[in-house]
Amino acid sequence: MTKQPLLEIRNLHVRVDGTPILRGIDLVVHRGEVHAIMGPNGSGKSTLCYVLAGREGYEVTQGEVLYEGRNLLAMSPEERARAGVFLAFQYPVEIPGVGNMYFLRTALNAVRKSRGLEPIDAMDFLQLVREKARLVGIDERLLKRSVNEGFSGGEKKRNEVLQMALLEPTLAILDETDSGLDIDALRIVADGVNALRNEQHAVLAITHYQRLLEYLVPDVVHVLVAGRIVRSGGPELARELELRGYAPYEQAAASAPL
Amino acid sequence: MPANTAKIEELVSREYQHGFYTPIEEETVPPGLNEEIIRIISAKKQEPAWLTEWRLKAYRHWLTMQEPTWQNVRYQPIDYNAICYYSAPKMKERPKSLDEVDPELLRTYEKLGIPLREQEMLAGVAVDAVFDSVSVATTFKEKLAEHGVIFCSFSEAVQQYPDLVRRYLGTVVPYNDNFFAALNSAVFSDGSFCYVPKGVRCPMELSTYFRINAAKTGQFERTLIIADEGAYVSYLEGCTAPMRDEHQLHAAVVELVALEGAEIKYSTVQNWYPGDKEGRGGIYNFVTKRGICLGRRSKISWTQVETGSAITWKYPSVILRGDESVGEFYSVALTNHYQQADTGTKMIHLGRNTRSTILSKAISAGHGQNSYRGLVKVMRGAEHARNYTQCDSLLIGEHCGAHTFPYMEVRNSSAIVEHEATTSKISEDQLFYCQSRGISLEDAVSMIVSGFCRAVFQELPMEFAVEAHKLMGVSLEGAIG
Repeated sequence: MTKQPLLEIRNLHVRVDGTPILRGIDLVVHRGEVHAIMGPNGSGKSTLCYVLAGREGYEVTQGEVLYEGRNLLAMSPEERARAGVFLAFQYPVEIPGVGNMYFLRTALNAVRKSRGLEPIDAMDFLQLVREKARLVGIDERLLKRSVNEGFSGGEKKRNEVLQMALLEPTLAILDETDSGLDIDALRIVADGVNALRNEQHAVLAITHYQRLLEYLVPDVVHVLVAGRIVRSGGPELARELELRGYAPYEQAAASAPL
Repeated sequence: MPANTAKIEELVSREYQHGFYTPIEEETVPPGLNEEIIRIISAKKQEPAWLTEWRLKAYRHWLTMQEPTWQNVRYQPIDYNAICYYSAPKMKERPKSLDEVDPELLRTYEKLGIPLREQEMLAGVAVDAVFDSVSVATTFKEKLAEHGVIFCSFSEAVQQYPDLVRRYLGTVVPYNDNFFAALNSAVFSDGSFCYVPKGVRCPMELSTYFRINAAKTGQFERTLIIADEGAYVSYLEGCTAPMRDEHQLHAAVVELVALEGAEIKYSTVQNWYPGDKEGRGGIYNFVTKRGICLGRRSKISWTQVETGSAITWKYPSVILRGDESVGEFYSVALTNHYQQADTGTKMIHLGRNTRSTILSKAISAGHGQNSYRGLVKVMRGAEHARNYTQCDSLLIGEHCGAHTFPYMEVRNSSAIVEHEATTSKISEDQLFYCQSRGISLEDAVSMIVSGFCRAVFQELPMEFAVEAHKLMGVSLEGAIG
């Protein structure tokens, strides 16, 4: 018996403002797997993330996405989050005046509620958030500030990983979480993701560079160019891309029919 | 994106909660405004001759004045002769205790969430309940009296403390100050009076709850608060009215006097009926509020949450006469549907080393129009005066508007005056970020609006912060999380 994929993307075509960005993506992710999607700027990496998370303004013209066998595209962004899909943003958003702690607790309780759990007790939450904050190396003072307001780039990214650690998603999508991080921060982020790694969860890591993948060794690497996955392979593919770049794929894509 | 916008607009268009009418027998004077009506009101209140004369002087001056047109609001001309200027629940005499108050009135206030029976009341808040033109009850009077604090209806103050009233009435807002203040001075019917003696820190929050009930009636109340040397008082004001298709006028005057070292904190949660979704009905809230920091190191702080009224025209101001005195203005104004607000403050610096802070948060939704209008005036003698002003506007939807009219007049070169302003929309980015963490759109909007208002809500006393959050459709946790 073959096990059901966690995520199955079939022939996905997406337009933004009338322009085709994704042109037929096929991708199957099973529980326990880490997939990396690599590609040059403008290849559709962030579009793929946003479509999976349910952002408005992305028009699906063909294809389908199944998550645990359900039609993911028919679900609202909050339903997807409650079902275990998590997007770590490339550019985390500031929400002035809203305390980070309050935001985290509201999010956690929304997810718990959908799973039929009681809201978490305030003291338990404090303990939990402190433990996770230590894990991802976040200064406790950041918990008391407004969501992402005045955070450095690295602090914002760590805050994303903290949210992920709290919400324990089934499918974590990382949208260039490595960009703008120094080596130490990168290692902390990768450790945070690795801590989540087990046979129940899966990770889809979008990245421009190979260096994250040294800490977060993927099971499968996909090359995304001009809205299509042009090649898939093992971790060695990432190293090959690092050496040869995307140019050979881009030339091939340019000559391919739309 | 319009899908989300539509959902947001739906979320912010909640029904008005306090729109019921209390069927109660009221005593009203015929509609219309003339000297005869003013004499009737004054006689009903058994006022001394000087006060009747003061009213008439105000009325005669009002006749020479033009209704202001400079404010950024639109409305049909008001027929001042169609308004009824006095309406009061029938009572044989002013009730001596709550047991004598008509149970129907007590039930009205209970329905509004303001229980007047002391055992049921919010601990630590004394309430003066004003129903149409009269005060129907004032609670905790005895307890306050132990501390020498006078808190009663304005009518009662005229009878019992005529010297205090005469000494301060009209000293901050003169009868000829502006069109609506002159009208109020002529016809005001009741309101609250408070005097906190030297060195006394008022042991509880004082509050007045204004309720308009009768149709085709205006409410013209007058509040006077005096904090003697070194005294402190925190005062809260709440307002609601039934839902009606015609507009009703509310033209109040509030005067605050802070002597040396005194502090007055005045908070308002204004939730007059705002009219319906098409802009029919609602209260015209044309109010003059002003305080004077008479003595050295005195302080007056205005905090307002303005969510109701069809039109709000209101500029709670501070005259900083005493050296080192401090004026503050914290405001959240929300306009939805066809509501209009033109609100802000005036900070008049006269004394040396005077400081003022203005923080205005305007939220516009639906077809709402929201204007901040503020004046910072530094007079020649105000050495080293300081002002900091921040005006932020938040737009929800596509058809609303936000406007800022800051005025500055600085006549002393040692003054430092700063002004910052921002206008933003609730961003799709913020909403999507919240949603992608499992938070519903409704909770996300609440959270973002609450965060936007947080700096002002923090200035409100606890009981009012709860009320304000509910009013904004926001949970309290947002402010304390």
